[in-house]
Amino acid sequence: MVEWTDSERAIINDIFATLDYEEIGRKSLTRCLIVYPWTQRYFGAFGNLYNAATIMANPLIAAHGTKILHGLDRALKNMDDIKNTYAELSLLHSDKLHVDPDNFRLLADCLTVVIAAKMGAAFTVDTQVAWQKFLSVVVSALGRQYH
Amino acid sequence: MSLSAKQKTTVKEFFGKMSTRSDDIGAEALSRLVAVYPQTKSYFSHWKDASPGSAPVRKHGITIMGGVYDAVTKIDDLKGGLLSLSELHAFMLRVDPVNFKLLAHCMLVCMSMVFPEEFTPQVHVAVDKFLAQLALALAEKYR
Repeated sequence: MVEWTDSERAIINDIFATLDYEEIGRKSLTRCLIVYPWTQRYFGAFGNLYNAATIMANPLIAAHGTKILHGLDRALKNMDDIKNTYAELSLLHSDKLHVDPDNFRLLADCLTVVIAAKMGAAFTVDTQVAWQKFLSVVVSALGRQYH
Repeated sequence: MSLSAKQKTTVKEFFGKMSTRSDDIGAEALSRLVAVYPQTKSYFSHWKDASPGSAPVRKHGITIMGGVYDAVTKIDDLKGGLLSLSELHAFMLRVDPVNFKLLAHCMLVCMSMVFPEEFTPQVHVAVDKFLAQLALALAEKYR
């Protein structure tokens, strides 16, 4: 089981408390599709992904980014058992969506970069440590049920 | 995944813009590396203090960033230009190349923090590719 200090819990909760899901969700997913273009393979039904400009203007992608980010809410509410909280979601990504779990890491890295840009100097070393720890637990849980 | 001509220009331009803050970014990036990935401290056991923000860590981060800037000037032939640095890392330092990726990620985070407007997705992909190519050139002499 993952151990969280009070400080880590506070940091993670603070980030989510003021998070603009639409803005950060859209920016993270579009950045992922641009920086790691092979991730576009999962978005064949999402319309125009022709270049960076169209990706950033694509409303379906924006909506999906928001959806993904809200998916993190469940981890936030169940920080002491993220593994089981995401068991079903992990199976979904494995059996229905057929997403290579390495993509979770790629998206997590883009999310970190976007949050860092938003928070600037407030994204301190301690904040980054706690944030990346949280995301790595999420990423691990999402990949856990693959078979 | 080699850089297009346009991406090379993007890298040079962004590093130009970054130059007044490059020391800060280098120092911060290495601090974050040892904080977020504590196993990387194993390479610095010869320092009295390898904690994030310590003097030796900040100083070394600046040194590393200096090397990255030098690599920008050699962007058209990283393998050739970084030959002796590669030998240093391969035979003396023997840093596991997986750590180059980790440091690159920390550099990207710091760039994003300091230049939120300029570090667009297009700049991000160009710089990420450059750092990956740099890492490959550094690992060239490993085996």
